[in-house]
Amino acid sequence: MDVILGITTEKEVIVITSRAAVRGVSILKTDDDKTRVVAPHTLLAYTGEAGDTVQFAEYIQANIQLHEMRNTTELSPPAITSFIRTQLATSLRSRKPYNVNVLVAGFDTATDKPELNWIDYLASRVKVPYAAHGYAAYYTLSLLDRWHRTDLTLAEGLEVADMCIAELKKRLPIDFKGVEIKVVDKDGVRTEKVTE
Amino acid sequence: MSRRYDSRTTIFSPEGRLYQVEYALEAISHAGTSIGILAKDGIVLAAERKVTSKLLEQDTSAEKLYTINGNMICAVAGLNSDASILVNYARVYSQDYLKLYNEDISCEQLVRRVCDLKQGYTQHGGLRPFGVSFIYAGWDPLYGFQLYQSNPSGNYGGWKATSVGANNATAQTLLKQDYKDDCTLQEAGELAMKVLSKTMDATTLTSEKVEFATVGKDKEGKVYCHLWKPAEIDLLLKKFGLAKKVEDEDDE
Repeated sequence: MDVILGITTEKEVIVITSRAAVRGVSILKTDDDKTRVVAPHTLLAYTGEAGDTVQFAEYIQANIQLHEMRNTTELSPPAITSFIRTQLATSLRSRKPYNVNVLVAGFDTATDKPELNWIDYLASRVKVPYAAHGYAAYYTLSLLDRWHRTDLTLAEGLEVADMCIAELKKRLPIDFKGVEIKVVDKDGVRTEKVTE
Repeated sequence: MSRRYDSRTTIFSPEGRLYQVEYALEAISHAGTSIGILAKDGIVLAAERKVTSKLLEQDTSAEKLYTINGNMICAVAGLNSDASILVNYARVYSQDYLKLYNEDISCEQLVRRVCDLKQGYTQHGGLRPFGVSFIYAGWDPLYGFQLYQSNPSGNYGGWKATSVGANNATAQTLLKQDYKDDCTLQEAGELAMKVLSKTMDATTLTSEKVEFATVGKDKEGKVYCHLWKPAEIDLLLKKFGLAKKVEDEDDE
């Protein structure tokens, strides 16, 4: 019942992830980070099967970093997204596929535009203005349908994010121990806010 | 004396040389000349064809110039059979990259990849190195138009104007004399043909003896790679006044 949520605004992408690490009915940890910075302007947020998620995210991170070291240039968010999708698609057709769903939040420095991609474990990829995985999607998409605009400012975007978080707190049966809110913009990735 | 070291690519001679690599370079210096010139709005490649015959189907047999992908072409000097292996490798690699990242490979990355393969053959693997030098012409969003040259040792470098093959020293001197930093594609084409006409044995240029290609941008700003057809080359030669003598002969 992890929450991962992405919202694009005019100049950035806001990524919200829950802080609880859950196994069965127990909460193991309350300061879990469900994201990895794969490139200076690209953030990967993930949910799915416990071991698979971190393994997959760090595999992607390592490969992108290797590519950057070899070629001394940063890969663009669309290129990284394609790479991730290809990896998931190959994995899906292997003996033991990764059970991981991800959001790829990036800022494309070539076009000066934020970009959010939704990819599930079946390797479907969709470029979207806002997205969520799992149960969080049931409660937040209607709010986002109502309040999202492509020309949102960061402050407005964070306001919409707060509405989504309030709704999740109200509706989800298990406490997700607050969220980490990260922002990807032209300056890279930063943590905007951490709630309890 | 050097025979013991000649036959192995993997072994240095006592003077610290790799004979097989040097022999490969020697083989290339007997091949037809290829020239590449970087202009501000594109790149020109021109090459001398060695195999000419009235019976040869010109439209279907390229000897020197090959397309690698949508953004890149190359000119070859050396063993054509070796070259086609490397050209195929480059084509496959650039498509693999496109499949993985959904983005075209950058020019230098592709050049480096092919050079790594060439280097491998100077150290292990095959019996001999690839006897091919390339001139690559391409465009990518990072550095725009780019011209590279590579040789059998696996070295490569970026150039404004360069040449490989027979008489490449002469060609290089002529290029150094006449190259202008802000030349247009048109001027670069003329210079390439002029240099080629001076380095070739034949006094006149015809589409039988010359291959010509350009990389540039069309009116919509889209990059194109164009390998010129024989008829187009003849027209161009006529325009530059390099084909005149042929017409005179025809008249007589």
